[in-house]
Amino acid sequence: MAALTPISRKPLSLVLPTAGAFGALLGLFVGTANGSGFTGVVIGALFVAVMGAFFILVLKNEKLAKWISILGIGALGLWFAGIPGAVIGLLAGWFYHWLIYWLYEGRYRARLLPYLTSGQVLWHYTFRVICGAIFVFLITPILVVMPLSFNAEDFFTFTPEMLRFEAEGYSLKHYRDFFSNNEWQRSFKNSLIIAPIATVISVSLGTLAAIGLSQSHVPFRRAIMAILISPMIVPLIISATGMFFFYSDIGNWLEGTLGLPKTFVGYVKVVLAHAVLGIPFVIITVTATLVGFDHSLTRAAANMGANPVTTFFKVQMPLILPGVISGGLFAFITSFDEVVVVLFVGSASQKTLPWQMFTGLREQISPTILAVATILVALSIALLTVVELLRRRSEKLRGLSPA
Amino acid sequence: MSTKTKLLAIVAASVAASSLVAEEMTIVSWGGAYSKSQLRAYHEPYSEKSGVTIINDDSSAEAVAKLRAMNEAGNVTWDVVDVVAADAIRLCDEGLAMEIDADTQLAAAPDGTSASDDFGDLLVSDCFIPQIVYSTTFGYRTDLVGDTPPSNICDVFDLEAYPGKRSLEKRAINNMEWALLCDGVAKDDVYSVLETPEGQDQALAKLDTIKDSVVWWSAGADTPQLLADGEVIMGSTYNGRLFSVIEEQKQPVAMLWDAQVFDLDGWIIPTGLSEERKARALDYIMFATDTQRLADQAKYISYGPARKSSAPLVGKHADLGIDMAPHMPTDPENAKNTFLYNYEFWADYRDDIETKFQAWLAK
Repeated sequence: MAALTPISRKPLSLVLPTAGAFGALLGLFVGTANGSGFTGVVIGALFVAVMGAFFILVLKNEKLAKWISILGIGALGLWFAGIPGAVIGLLAGWFYHWLIYWLYEGRYRARLLPYLTSGQVLWHYTFRVICGAIFVFLITPILVVMPLSFNAEDFFTFTPEMLRFEAEGYSLKHYRDFFSNNEWQRSFKNSLIIAPIATVISVSLGTLAAIGLSQSHVPFRRAIMAILISPMIVPLIISATGMFFFYSDIGNWLEGTLGLPKTFVGYVKVVLAHAVLGIPFVIITVTATLVGFDHSLTRAAANMGANPVTTFFKVQMPLILPGVISGGLFAFITSFDEVVVVLFVGSASQKTLPWQMFTGLREQISPTILAVATILVALSIALLTVVELLRRRSEKLRGLSPA
Repeated sequence: MSTKTKLLAIVAASVAASSLVAEEMTIVSWGGAYSKSQLRAYHEPYSEKSGVTIINDDSSAEAVAKLRAMNEAGNVTWDVVDVVAADAIRLCDEGLAMEIDADTQLAAAPDGTSASDDFGDLLVSDCFIPQIVYSTTFGYRTDLVGDTPPSNICDVFDLEAYPGKRSLEKRAINNMEWALLCDGVAKDDVYSVLETPEGQDQALAKLDTIKDSVVWWSAGADTPQLLADGEVIMGSTYNGRLFSVIEEQKQPVAMLWDAQVFDLDGWIIPTGLSEERKARALDYIMFATDTQRLADQAKYISYGPARKSSAPLVGKHADLGIDMAPHMPTDPENAKNTFLYNYEFWADYRDDIETKFQAWLAK
């Protein structure tokens, strides 16, 4: 869709009310913060509409209008709410200038097909705004956490110093606490021990189960499948209660009869419980990949004298690897994020990171939790990026185009 | 695959090895500043003395339920548990906590006074070893309550003089007593009035007058957070939490000690431990509840030591260097008007009144 559509200037009766409506939106926030939302709406709408009329009818110079808008609204923001207000004001000034000229010059039609009706054009942009709003809805809770984790105080509060962007309002002390506090370090270490081992177990068992269940001669395939993925469907608290009693007996046997040390048995219990929770994810993703797997390949391999194990590792495994890896990622995240089952099955020496965050939140609302959350978000992004890059690289090496 | 197996084996072996070397015990407590004070006053010196590694589990809030489940499963993983006196009484009745003989199993005071005399009336149950006296009281935002700060418990119920939100604990205990006290019931009559259904309705009716302005809390950390936010202008919580908000976090908050409710917190040892673990738990208790250790804890948090012989040893805050005595709930200046948590009354009426309270809350 190149700029094929000829654009023309639009009448002020379209430009001013639309710009005014957006002005009302900002006015609503500013007005509410200053006592009266309604006054804010009226002033905001009038302000932006008058500004638009002034730019178009009097000034007639887009460059100059841009700077007037940015600096003018920025100064207003400074006057209302200090430095943070100024930042918002500068952004808003840029946005309103852009909006007014975008509407007035008819630029909004430039990238669209010429035969679209006004309704279709309106929907085109409404749709994008809705999509954007959904992204904001999904991401904001995570983004709010990040600045709060640099709080210089021990509360979940944006202090006045933080809002004024003063250096003393921010500190790294919650990060320092995470790296120096024994409780946090032990739980981090435990998570790093438990999650990978549980993942390896779920991936091995889940992949084998998925391959077995994809064979047409296995009886009761659907029933077995349903049982294997039931940990995902049953409410976690119920699985957890069952697991508590089940693993208590196993633990007593391992400790009493085999004489294994208590802590080691504790880890075994949590790892097994987490592996059970991870298996359904692996089965589902691997089964989905196997749908596209051509079984004549295994027959061809057998025909050439490869035994089933060789066939699996040399032929089948490389082809279903993307499914196995994404299943493994899900299993890892399940274990790494899990709090209910570990609260039941684990004892304090197996305390994982989510457990520590949970008690931290309950007993002491400390922003260290936010610092940890920020670190985890960064780690997850890094992990997913690395996996995706590796996947692309291996696909390129094997001559497949990225799916 | 083979590298993975090797890695697995190495991790498993190192986990097994590390658990073989050190003796460990799990101590359950409340978390936050309180656990930190125990860590510094009890755990660290004890580990140094005995070589036992102490693992802290912040699960005291659900101690009763978890101990029941552990006992049923025959797998008690806790060695020493910090609980409030009311929970200790329940656990003792259910046979989930071990009976302790104060005179033979606890240390005597330095001057030779036996432990049972030193703790005195605070030994409210055969299984319970008292540790601290704490109180549930109110804190208020000094900058949000106008020129005359609240000085009386009934100011909590006065929406005209102190408009704004207040936070109260999401349970009947304490709130019912305060409500009756501010509805004209004399302090000595509070529990005899609260016994009757009419008295309970009277208390709820009084609470009704402020219900729309109440934020209900369930964890001790909630009120400090709400006060720091300015979301509430006053709120009840444990006095040690308020001390931390005021003196350590330097928030504009002050204490309203009026009608504070004293309660006890202390240790129990679960039943069903192996002989070896029981001996270790008893050894820890003997160490951690002696006169000096109890006085040491008051250096880190403003709760009063449970032994009479510890009181003269209470000194200055370990980090801030301020005198701790004026911040103790038991200080005469703070204890002009106090309640003692009525264990007998609440043991009998807790279920009934709590049900009624929760039903009222949901209305």
